[in-house]
Amino acid sequence: MGIAIYMLAFALLVVGIYGVIAKRNVIKIILGILIIDYAVNMLLVLVGYRRDGVAPILSEGQDAKAWAATSVDPLPQAMVLTSIVIGLGLTALMVAMAIRLYQKYGTFDMNEIRKLKG
Amino acid sequence: MDALVPLLVVVPFGAAFILVALANLPGLARRRAEGGESAGDLASAPGPRRHRVLSLLACAAVLANFIIALALLRADIGHIYVGGWGDEKSALGIELVCDGLAKLMVVIINMVALVSIIFSWSYMRRFTKVWLFEALFLLMTGAMNGVVLAGDLFNMYVFLEIAAISSYALVAFGCEAEELEAAFKYLILGTVGSAFILVGVTILYSLTGHLNMAKVHELLPAVGQTSPAVLLAAAALLGGLALKAAMVPFHAWLPDAHPSAPAPISAMLSGVLIKAAGIYALARIVFNVLGPTTEYAAILMALGVVSMVVGMFLALGQQDFKRLLAYSSISQAGYIVLAFGVAAHLLATGGDRNIAGLCIFGGLFHLFNHAAFKSLLFLSSGSIEQQTGTRMLKEMGGLTRRMPVTSFCCRIGALSIAGVPPLNGFFSKLIIIIGLALAGQLVLAAIAAGVAVGTLLMYVKVQRYALEGEPSGAAANAREAPAMMCVGLVLLAVVCVVAGLALLPLRDVVFGPAEDVLLGAAGKLTGGLTP
Repeated sequence: MGIAIYMLAFALLVVGIYGVIAKRNVIKIILGILIIDYAVNMLLVLVGYRRDGVAPILSEGQDAKAWAATSVDPLPQAMVLTSIVIGLGLTALMVAMAIRLYQKYGTFDMNEIRKLKG
Repeated sequence: MDALVPLLVVVPFGAAFILVALANLPGLARRRAEGGESAGDLASAPGPRRHRVLSLLACAAVLANFIIALALLRADIGHIYVGGWGDEKSALGIELVCDGLAKLMVVIINMVALVSIIFSWSYMRRFTKVWLFEALFLLMTGAMNGVVLAGDLFNMYVFLEIAAISSYALVAFGCEAEELEAAFKYLILGTVGSAFILVGVTILYSLTGHLNMAKVHELLPAVGQTSPAVLLAAAALLGGLALKAAMVPFHAWLPDAHPSAPAPISAMLSGVLIKAAGIYALARIVFNVLGPTTEYAAILMALGVVSMVVGMFLALGQQDFKRLLAYSSISQAGYIVLAFGVAAHLLATGGDRNIAGLCIFGGLFHLFNHAAFKSLLFLSSGSIEQQTGTRMLKEMGGLTRRMPVTSFCCRIGALSIAGVPPLNGFFSKLIIIIGLALAGQLVLAAIAAGVAVGTLLMYVKVQRYALEGEPSGAAANAREAPAMMCVGLVLLAVVCVVAGLALLPLRDVVFGPAEDVLLGAAGKLTGGLTP
């Protein structure tokens, strides 16, 4: 365990970045972005993880201190939810744009979608 | 006064929601059909009269925001815990910090937003579904207000994303091939940048257990400012934010995205978005969260110098008016970041705080000025494009006679970005160059002065081709732009002239407190109170 599990999240991040940089297909680029998104979300969850931790729900009659000592950190989970929602909005926008691009250019190949100088 | 601060975010968001809801109400659509107005138009689109009501609503929301921003300027406000479950001790909940820097940024954002929405009243007539544009515009404005007011890192990230997502959609608003391509590139690069920002925020949270900027700054020294984890977080944050600010190695999206958007949006993107989401956030993170060290200062200085020089050379070669303006935005943003970098270097090495203050003042003043004159130039490029049908400088010409008001305002903008006294651009560049020289960075000062000359050349070219000479084919039939567009241009031209003349009172009232926020460590951020 230890740092290796974090490295896994970073490895996933690198895979996503590779997809965005190396692929020329619009859909594959979008998938690369999604993988980056998942990697960051996973990192967030890992940060809040505690081995053998209980769910961060305080039930009635439970001592808050004792609960806090055993539960996983709830804050990153809230952040992950927000991040997932943002990712959903982004995905919808990206896919909508990809459809429009296809209508205009008749291709998903970024090499042919280059009317601008960049 | 405290109750007004959340309104800066709530009013535009609420107005955006109401706009979309009103435009889609079935009752309204039916009434329009009875009125016989544009019955063959898009089924869900409201008629022209309804359009005007919706536009008026958007204008009113932005105007209200601008008034609130001005009212807050002199107010004494500390921390605001929205929802009321947070407090100073626990640093939980949604915290808004309205300190000097945030107040300055809020005024800049809402000033440019107000002028842009006034301008778009006439400009956006040629588009369908203008209410969608207005709703996205309001979302972007509200989100930028949120970015500068946010007191914790995650809120800042969320607002950055809202601003970014609405700007992606706005760049693509025309739905032409080039616009979609530019927007897609912008979206991909912007999203990768955001992901890195979130990685940085996550690492900082795991190290300190806090998201609150002031708390993170307090706890970071215990972790060790040069520990590998902190450096990783800093690299992720600085990389992501430099991408948002379009600093040179990360600038590829800007010259496509900014010119492709409708003119009011170009003005917003170049005028405030790269500053609120990029430069402001960079400065906040470096000065108030990570704490200025020589490494971060070196990164800022390098980014600033490279952007300044490369942006200038690329802009000089452009024939497309809007692309020229976009490249010049990169170059001018470089000035601001360079000034901040030198200030950070002085603070880190224990140099003279007054000189650091002068550099920061120069940077902030240039930030304000650039928002004013670059928005002015983008808006006038929009009116010229609308009246002549071209963006190419060589196809224009003789516009002084055809479009007197637009040309006059465009000329004021060009003169002030070129740094001609007594306009505002002259003073901010002078202050930055003097600050750099006093800080002992003579080479950087010389480069900054050289880039100022290049900027002058680039805008002489604009004057020569677009405004002077005989009217060419495209310009021969041009007429003056509609009144509302001229109003927007004149307002910004007045700001350009007045800001140059009212330099000293402005420094006392607006820039001084903002300067103190960056100069002081995060202690100022916790205090939040301006002297």
